[in-house]
This record gives sequence, C-alpha cells and structure tokens, in this order.
Amino acid sequence: MMTCKEICDFIAAFLDEDLPDAQREIFEKHMSMCPPCKDYIEGYRRTIECEKGACEKENEQVCKEVPEALVEAILKARKQ
Amino acid sequence: MCYGQTMESAENQAAPTPQAQTNGEADLIAALRDGDDVAYETMVRDNIGRMMAVSKRILRSSDDAADAVQDAFLQAFRKIDTFQGNAKLSTWLHQIVVNASLMKLRKARRRNERNIEDLLPSWADDGHAVAPGPTWTRTADDILATEEDRQLVRNLIDELPDDYRTVLLLRDIEQLDTAETAEALGIKPGAVKTRLHRARQALKTLLEPHMAPESDGPRDPWL
Repeated sequence: MMTCKEICDFIAAFLDEDLPDAQREIFEKHMSMCPPCKDYIEGYRRTIECEKGACEKENEQVCKEVPEALVEAILKARKQ
Repeated sequence: MCYGQTMESAENQAAPTPQAQTNGEADLIAALRDGDDVAYETMVRDNIGRMMAVSKRILRSSDDAADAVQDAFLQAFRKIDTFQGNAKLSTWLHQIVVNASLMKLRKARRRNERNIEDLLPSWADDGHAVAPGPTWTRTADDILATEEDRQLVRNLIDELPDDYRTVLLLRDIEQLDTAETAEALGIKPGAVKTRLHRARQALKTLLEPHMAPESDGPRDPWL
C-alpha cells in the first residue's frame, strides 16, 4: 500500500498517463480511499490548468503587438 | 504575404527584386541566406510578438525582454546559414530566444527568493500530510474568467524561485519536452522532472487561498 507521500511523488506521471497499469491501479485505489489525496491531486491538476490558461491569454495579447521601435532597432543593428 | 510589400504601399513600391518576390517559408529562408533586406524584415515582424511574449515571461521585464529579443534576432541573422530547415523557422527562433533570455536571467543579480521547501507539503513519519489543505471550491475556469485573476496567477508564478520557475515555464507554458528543457537549462532530465513537480506543488500552495476562499483553514478531510 502506497503512503500519501509516495502517491504525491507520482502525481505528474499519473496525470500524464505515464504510470504502468499496475501502479496506476494502486494509485487509483489509494485515491478512492483517501479524500485528502484525491483533493490534492485535483488541486494539482487545476493548478496546471490555471498556469497554462493565464499565460496563454497573455501570450495571445502580446503576440499581436509589434513594437515598431524595437523592430527598427533590430534592423538597424543588423546593418552595423 | 509578399515580402516586397512590407514597408511600402503597393503604389509606391519599386519593382521587387526576384529575391523579394517570395512565398512560403522555404523561399523566405533562401532569401534570408541571400541577405535580402525585405526577407529579414519579414522574419522580424512575423516573429517578434511571439518572441517578446516568451522572453517577457522568463525575464519578468519588458525592457530586459526587448534586449534579449534583439540579441536573439542578431544571433539568428549571423547563424542563418546554419539553419537546417528541418524545423519551422519560428521553432528555431523560439529556441534562440529562450536561450538568450535564460542567459540574460543567469547574468542578472539574483533577487531575494523564497525557499521552495516552504511551499511544499510536509509529511509525517507515517507518510500522511501534516496539514492537508482545503477542498478547492473554485475551478480553473473561475480563475481564468477575469484578467485580474489571470494576472494574479502570473504574479504567483513570478514568485517562484528562478530554478523552478524556468522549468515550469519551459515545460508547461512553452511546451518543451524534458530533454529540450534539460538542454536549455544545462541540467539533467531527472532534475527537470523533479523541479517541475516541485514548481507545480509550490504554485498550488500559493494559489490555495484564492481557490478555496471560503475556507477557514485546513479541514479535517475525514469528516
């Protein structure tokens, strides 16, 4: 039986579906019997979603901006 | 897009040189290798936005990002003959700007950083968590709904120590794989995996008060 600490070490592999079948079954069994671990894994998953979503939205905005002064500086520096 | 139309309106445009009348990435690369000015400008304009976004995320500063992006483009100009063409030009430039930004970050004076251990869960001798956190009542969609909350998340990412923050950015945001991240950072793949997991755990700790705002503190999960 895995401890909660051991479960925590395998969260990333579990979410990436990289755990071998036997280990995944042990992992899922532990989660079914351990509300704190189930909560933690759900929080971990939402954390990844939040960070990706927050940065993606910012990228969408920044990517549209073309800083003209910087473009000119870069093209000028190329000539030097 | 016709490279000859970047700077001038169609009616004022001189007859474009054969190098400038190009379409498609292969033609652009050929024009770049020929030293075609219009092609260089096209490469800059097409990619600068994305490169600024990547660099700003790593360096946390628009001014520093502008320096790094300029360095990246100048490197690209010098090294264009080494570009094999077996990947997209944007991918190659992405790699260059990531490296330029990381180099600038390494040279910068280290700010006072939090100790990552303070943000990781603590374990009792029996392997149980010392202080299980509350159940999160807000979803990721809740947090991502407003720019204020999205900025909060980005600010929390910025609070992570650089050694962990950079791994999180390269793996989760820039979608580099473990090997690419290891090479970019000069660390082993195992270290990438460990740091990524710890970075996510630390960010989770920082996010917790905002994801379970009604909580009065750690609950007894067995009730």
